[in-house]
Amino acid sequence: MSVANGSSSRAGAAPASQWILIGLAAGYVTILLVAPLGGIAASVIAGGLDTLTSTLTAAEVMHSFWLTAIITVLTVGVTVVFGVVVAIVLTRDRFVGRRLLSAIVDLPLAVSPVIVGLMAVILFGRGGWFEPFFSAQGIQVLFALPSMLLVTIFICIPFVIREIAPVLNELGTQEEDAARTLGASSIQAFWRVTLPNIRWALLYGAALTGARALGEIGAVLVVSGAIQGQTETATLYVLRALEERQDASAYVVAVSLAAISIVLLIGIEVLKRRSVTAKEVA
Amino acid sequence: MSAAIVAEGLTKRFGRFTAVDNISFTADEGKITALLGPSGSGKSTVLRMIAGLETPDEGRIWLGTNEQTRKRVQERRFGFVFQHYALFRHMTVRDNIAFGLSVRHEPRARRDLRVDELLRLVQLEPFADRYPDQLSGGQRQRVALARALAPRPEVLLLDEPFGALDARVRRELRTWLDDLHRELGVTSLLVTHDQEEALELAHSVVVMHQARIEQIGPPEEIYNRPASPFVAGFVGSANVITGVVIEGRVAFGTYSIGGADHLPDGLEAHAYVRARSVHVARRPIGTATLPATVERAVRLGWMTKLHMRLGDGQRVTAEVGNDEAYGLTDGQAIYVDLREAKVFESAPPT
Repeated sequence: MSVANGSSSRAGAAPASQWILIGLAAGYVTILLVAPLGGIAASVIAGGLDTLTSTLTAAEVMHSFWLTAIITVLTVGVTVVFGVVVAIVLTRDRFVGRRLLSAIVDLPLAVSPVIVGLMAVILFGRGGWFEPFFSAQGIQVLFALPSMLLVTIFICIPFVIREIAPVLNELGTQEEDAARTLGASSIQAFWRVTLPNIRWALLYGAALTGARALGEIGAVLVVSGAIQGQTETATLYVLRALEERQDASAYVVAVSLAAISIVLLIGIEVLKRRSVTAKEVA
Repeated sequence: MSAAIVAEGLTKRFGRFTAVDNISFTADEGKITALLGPSGSGKSTVLRMIAGLETPDEGRIWLGTNEQTRKRVQERRFGFVFQHYALFRHMTVRDNIAFGLSVRHEPRARRDLRVDELLRLVQLEPFADRYPDQLSGGQRQRVALARALAPRPEVLLLDEPFGALDARVRRELRTWLDDLHRELGVTSLLVTHDQEEALELAHSVVVMHQARIEQIGPPEEIYNRPASPFVAGFVGSANVITGVVIEGRVAFGTYSIGGADHLPDGLEAHAYVRARSVHVARRPIGTATLPATVERAVRLGWMTKLHMRLGDGQRVTAEVGNDEAYGLTDGQAIYVDLREAKVFESAPPT
């Protein structure tokens, strides 16, 4: 009886403080995230369908989206492959300088994107370390796709690594050892055991990378020169449209970018949930 | 089909720490051999080297007359059962068992047949489509065993296979493994810190301590004729009585125990005697018994545990039949028979 009383009073006491906390969390998120997004979305709707279609079909807008897509896809590809390699090395191997490498991986989070762009300018610009080599090859790095890609990858390096490293740590090497005692090569063990075990963390890291690459502006602004119809990404277009007082177009592109990011994250969540329930049903 | 495993002078160092120091033994063909020792004695490292999961710094490993030392893990094809199962968590029981066959590109039909056969063998047919986290510990370890056996390995290596299970399941699985082994007859090497497990299952026991082998022999020899103070103290719960050797006897206080003929006078010595080998009597039996006081008599139902103190204050515990302890009360003066004590000169392991 006393046990039942104790648990019911605890259950009764909890909601008050619990609801305050939930309210705080939800309020914070609403004010800072949902309200601005809603505001932009509302102004897009207020602008009417015409602005929407005319903006999205404009050649410079389409080109900017195309450029953003290329940068995002390539960035995700590169950071996924190298992220997995780096995370495996960081969690599995013990070597001198491992902690340093681990700290360096987080550097992009600490350095302002504008400074990242500046570093690229110093390296590849006139008189830069790598400039003679690339100009001899006839490759235009600065004010062109290569530098934009480079700075975006730099900024996105930590996401995949930081998502999968804890999972790899927790996983240990037991399952891989087991796979190898059963006759699997290291490569088979990776594809059939390690990768399936880290797949959700990897996908989530890739989604974060994608969202970050879509929205990157500071570093890209510095290295690209923001040349209309050439090196202008979707975010750079938003920036220019605002400066030129084409608010409606800016909102349309901004909302489209935000929508893509949100769909990406929701997509991952849905996939994850579906696989978990599939497992539970079986 | 099966062959003996031979370890020859195996040594493994991790940095400046020597985990395994020049170890040699043979695990006989078709038999279970146990590597018994406390944690940190290096027994798991020996097993991992034999599997190929660790590379020995020195020494060689043979399967029959076939050297394995330089072969990679996947080429050795030894079945390995891990303490924490190491099941593939994203695969069903069936896929786990089939893994060793599918990485070797066994045809689908043959693979399915073999998996069904193993599911029957480990009595898990109804669980074929479950995932590891939907099984109990005992069931998981049976899946791990089936998975290791599926590719028909010549050797089965078991690393504390029952270590993570509760006592009742441990005993059940131990009997079950014994039956299974009789049926399959695969050369097996069992790493364990549980002496009862080693003594019950193994045909031969290798006792390890601090990276070295202390004794190799059949279970009854390990139990009855310990070759070192460590074995005497580790296998079976033993009393240790300290004294000084005088004319072939270990003397302490005004009393002494025989059995020290092999030691010179004046040396400090320890007499090891198992609680089950200590007997008690109400009256002295010639010079064979020593006076003692019962501090506490604990009646466990099937036997009685007597905590006693000898004349000079050293403690002795006896596990005796209920008849032998009948009517004994705390504080009573009695006589103990320590004639089964084994005397060694070195200090007992701490």
